[in-house]
Amino acid sequence: MDNINRRDFIKISSVATAGMALTWSGTSFVSDLLKGEVVPLSESIAKKVPTVCEVCFWNCAGWAYLDRDDNLQKIKGNAIDPHCNGRLCPRGTGGVGMYADEDRLKKPMIREGKPGEQKFREVSWDEAIDHIVKKMKGIEAKHGREAMALLHHGKTGPHFEFLFEAYGSGNIAEPAGAQCLITREAGFITTYGAGLASPEPTDTRNADCLVLIGNHIGENMHNGHVQDMSHLIEQGGTVITVDPRFSTAAGHSKYWLPIKPGTDIALLLAWMNVIINEEIYDKEYVEKYTYGFDLLKDHVQKYTPEWAAAITTLSAADIRKTAKVMAGLAPKTIVHPGRHTAWYGDDTQRTRAIAILNALLGSWGRVGGFYFPERIKPPHYPHPQMPKPKWTWKDYTKEKHKMAIMGITNIVIDHALPEYKGKHKIKGMFITATNIIQSVPDVEKTKRALQNLDLVVVVDTMPSEITGYADVILPEATYLERYDHLRTSHHKVPNIALRAPVMKPRWETKPGWWIAREIGIKLGLEKYYPWKDFEEVLDWQLKQVGTSLEEMKKIGVKRYSKKKPLYINENEEYWFNTNTGKIELYSTDFAEWGYDPMPVYKEKDEAPVGFFNLIYGRVPMHTFGRTTNNPNLYDLKEEGHLWVHPKVAKIYGIESGQEVWLKNQDGKISTFPSKVRITQRISPTSVYLPHGFGSKSKKLSRTYGKGSADYEMLTNIKIDPETGGTGMRNNFVTLLTENPHKNIES
Amino acid sequence: MEQLLATDRHIHGLYPHVDIWGFPISAYLFLGGLAAGILVFAAIYYLLGREKEMPFTVKIAPIFAFPIIMLGLFLLIFDLHHKLFVWQLFLAARPESPMSWGAWTLVIVSVFSLLWPLSFVDSIDDYLIKRGWSKMTKVTEAIIKFEHKWIIPHFIIMSFRKYRKFFAVVLLIYSIILGIYTGILLSAFNAHPLWNNPILGPLFLTSGVSTGSAFVMWLSDNHKERLLMSAIDMSLIAIELFFIVHMFMGMEAGAEVYKQAAHMFLGGEFTAVFWGVFVGLGLILPFTLEALELRGFHIPTALPALLILAGGLLFRILMVSAGQMSEYAMFP
Amino acid sequence: MRLGMAIDITKCVGCGDCVVACQTENNVPIGYSRDWIMEFVEGDFPNLNLHFETQRCNHCEDTPCVRTCPTGASHVIEGGIVKVTHNECIGCGACIEACPYDARYFHPDGYVDKCTFCDHRLEDGLDPACVSVCPTECMHFGDLDDPGSEVSKLLKERENYSIIPEAGTKPQIFYLK
Repeated sequence: MDNINRRDFIKISSVATAGMALTWSGTSFVSDLLKGEVVPLSESIAKKVPTVCEVCFWNCAGWAYLDRDDNLQKIKGNAIDPHCNGRLCPRGTGGVGMYADEDRLKKPMIREGKPGEQKFREVSWDEAIDHIVKKMKGIEAKHGREAMALLHHGKTGPHFEFLFEAYGSGNIAEPAGAQCLITREAGFITTYGAGLASPEPTDTRNADCLVLIGNHIGENMHNGHVQDMSHLIEQGGTVITVDPRFSTAAGHSKYWLPIKPGTDIALLLAWMNVIINEEIYDKEYVEKYTYGFDLLKDHVQKYTPEWAAAITTLSAADIRKTAKVMAGLAPKTIVHPGRHTAWYGDDTQRTRAIAILNALLGSWGRVGGFYFPERIKPPHYPHPQMPKPKWTWKDYTKEKHKMAIMGITNIVIDHALPEYKGKHKIKGMFITATNIIQSVPDVEKTKRALQNLDLVVVVDTMPSEITGYADVILPEATYLERYDHLRTSHHKVPNIALRAPVMKPRWETKPGWWIAREIGIKLGLEKYYPWKDFEEVLDWQLKQVGTSLEEMKKIGVKRYSKKKPLYINENEEYWFNTNTGKIELYSTDFAEWGYDPMPVYKEKDEAPVGFFNLIYGRVPMHTFGRTTNNPNLYDLKEEGHLWVHPKVAKIYGIESGQEVWLKNQDGKISTFPSKVRITQRISPTSVYLPHGFGSKSKKLSRTYGKGSADYEMLTNIKIDPETGGTGMRNNFVTLLTENPHKNIES
Repeated sequence: MEQLLATDRHIHGLYPHVDIWGFPISAYLFLGGLAAGILVFAAIYYLLGREKEMPFTVKIAPIFAFPIIMLGLFLLIFDLHHKLFVWQLFLAARPESPMSWGAWTLVIVSVFSLLWPLSFVDSIDDYLIKRGWSKMTKVTEAIIKFEHKWIIPHFIIMSFRKYRKFFAVVLLIYSIILGIYTGILLSAFNAHPLWNNPILGPLFLTSGVSTGSAFVMWLSDNHKERLLMSAIDMSLIAIELFFIVHMFMGMEAGAEVYKQAAHMFLGGEFTAVFWGVFVGLGLILPFTLEALELRGFHIPTALPALLILAGGLLFRILMVSAGQMSEYAMFP
Repeated sequence: MRLGMAIDITKCVGCGDCVVACQTENNVPIGYSRDWIMEFVEGDFPNLNLHFETQRCNHCEDTPCVRTCPTGASHVIEGGIVKVTHNECIGCGACIEACPYDARYFHPDGYVDKCTFCDHRLEDGLDPACVSVCPTECMHFGDLDDPGSEVSKLLKERENYSIIPEAGTKPQIFYLK
């Protein structure tokens, strides 16, 4: 009723204020008879349910609002959530499309056709799970329980990690490691004895200077990063961006260094050279907290700005200038660690150079630098002791890659290949909520591995490419239809956040916890699942940390006070979790293990004549291929265009919007063409292609065939020796203006 | 400078420029102008007391005005996107909105255009009988019968006959308003620099009247009437050309957006079709043919008339589509 | 009261959150949007400038859209908000032609649809949906007539511009440089 009254009020006042004509049209009752105008339900009276976003893995907490018919209307940020401060990004706001997408997986399915062919038979959950259990028992009989592997991502993962641990399989990995941030974690752990995790503990809101190295905040919409950068800009802070592309961040920066791709370490070493030799580093801090400064000083002597200028194509003056700017604003300078850092195959060293630079600037543990986050971790719901597998991923990874702090997807996949003859054979695989066709490079290898497995189970919400390689597809409910584990992130403000189901699962989809539990019970692992409903688990856990499910449903996020200091207390001893107890500018571990104890610049592959560096990245509206079919987000950006410099366009005679195919240095040709954007924002030696497009799954009715896929072009993979992470930016492409598939296509 | 939509917006009819008015609106404007032209001549020659000499102009041609207006209205309504609500148009009179006063003008003119020939129904009947068009006389006779049988229609038509001079003045005024309206409808839109010039109203009126004269030239079987219309039409074409040149000169003297608008016709994509087809074949060629006819050359009578009519329609199609392309903010 | 916006282009990253938020707030159908983002790149590599503008109805002081509306469906309410009453709209398109900003479009149901500054939210004391979600907080909404309002202060303090002022409609959305 309120709404109707309000509308009347507005209508009357409109006549009064507008009142310019002889309007006899105050007869709205006539038209209202035909069709009422629907005013959106007021936020203050609408029903709302707490959720934690799963469109990307920043995992903002929000509220899902219902409309008058109790359908999902919209999702807004939770004002007390430190991840989002009440403001979601476009993807979070567009999360409604994840639920609404009619292309979703709807029923469990079992494969009929050959692998890679999308021919499936719809089955009941019972039949699907029985089939899985039978196959798993078969694998167990021949190869042991250890031969099962789990590749996962997001909040679905923990349910299956638990299942795998209870079952006794220890091959668990996620692309978020080897394909994303493991090298960064390794670089920081080696230096500071502590990783960064997510959200990164960058104290940007208090910083004066932010240095971004190939980190395209603003296109990469990790919410906190974007909000913090914006805050910094508003406060008049300085942003220095190093990127071969004029990224959005570069567009908001005081200094942009259009570096030659692959030469970051040279720049970082030259910056160190300037900062050390000009004695503008934080002397007291370096003296007090670091180990190996003299070694580093000697090490960087040869890396002068002039030396780096020749390599990076930047000017020595700019290198000096920016070094002085960041040192001048230190310790409130953050040389940002980035997030996806699996680029060139020496990325642990590259991020270590970033870590070292931060140490020279004294930003770690300082206001405006890196703070010490804290986490509220409710205990696990009580369960019996997990069995100990005879071997796990560590047994075939750790020896070669000492800094593999988590399972390495690509190495797990290697162990499923037919040519692998060792003792750590993988015969069955669960893939949950990750489309490894797009996310793990060297897709041909991945396909061979998948086809060699006795069982591939895919748990997902969308029929992405990977579902085409599954033996069994289990349709998961979206994050808006399920409970998941609590979000218990490391943060400035210790906090927990609840994801509660907003809507009933559509079709026959089921929450991840339910799927994992059902499989567990049928595998005979009942004792690990003494609960029936995940609500029981959550309520028990929440009660251990002074709240309850009931309370959390009302508040969504609970903030706790911090127990440990945010920054280093300069008057006290501070001990770092490294061999020396100090920040290791010179890594004693690396020296022992035979890695470079201090970063060294190594030449990268050069683009063959007629080829361009393939720089991939993001558009702010999408999270990889997860969202490209989301109706709301597809509406916002149908396709990521291929950025081409006008000179290049001229050489090829390409017009704006024209479709071109890509061919890489190994002759790999993209399946689909990309539309070209001719822009000055990209260097003439590179092209830029947003990641996540070019899906080959016809069941994704919107995004199928839209744009070319960067993953297809990633055939030259350089393995990071310390971690096993995949360097993916050593690939070069040329443009084909004629359809290369014309004669082949059927 | 690179300028693009960073978020997709594939809304029909907005990009790269507004494109929501197509052929129906152009035809609507053409038909409105044509009807206005026909009625202007009927009213003028009636007021000049030359109804006997020019029976087609005064009495017969106006018969077509009503169906022409109705066809125009039909096209307008056909082009509405919220058709069921069309009645809202007649619940409001908004003098600031050309669409509104145009609709009302059209209603008024359509009433007069219906009453005008009805008031001449006896003469029309004679006209038809003289030409032996017996099938059509059945209609006129039925109307006459009807009129005599029913008191209210009879009263209306009788009053109309009685005050026909007064109504002729009203009709003349409203027909001119209608003719101007077809131009003002476009020139009211500041957002489209091409349209936004004061000459468009008079230009459309002139063009409309010219198509009206062409209509008479085409269908009248009175040689004298035709020749007179030819002569009038030639001066109308001359005025039209003057307006056109003047319009582009005005634009060239204006701000950058106006220059750009003019450029579409002065070197841009509309140049050939505007000057070659519309001005060349739709104005200058019929002008020449009319001049030759006046000098006694034998010219198929319908040719210049049809050229002018087709030219008039083309002119409106060009102005409607080019006008929508002329915007302050253009997208590549 | 004269409602308007001050949008800080030094902060906007062009993510499009404002566009989706508007869609989900106002039931704008997929395939349509009341607001959108323009990107502008000036200069040649590597001497470049970039900025984004989130655009929508400028709720102009001089409203050619309202003027040309034949039925009065387009009207102005308190605060200078320009609205369309769907059931009075005949879908003639005159207002679409009249708008220099491409802010109006035909809703698939036939009537003309556009930004309302989320007047239903203003009643609750909330900002328009687009403003309320922006992760960069680049958008500010308020009363331009009130010299004490945040928008008035920002416009006084900082250099700003509006788009296509030469169309003479007196737009009420300003961009802070």
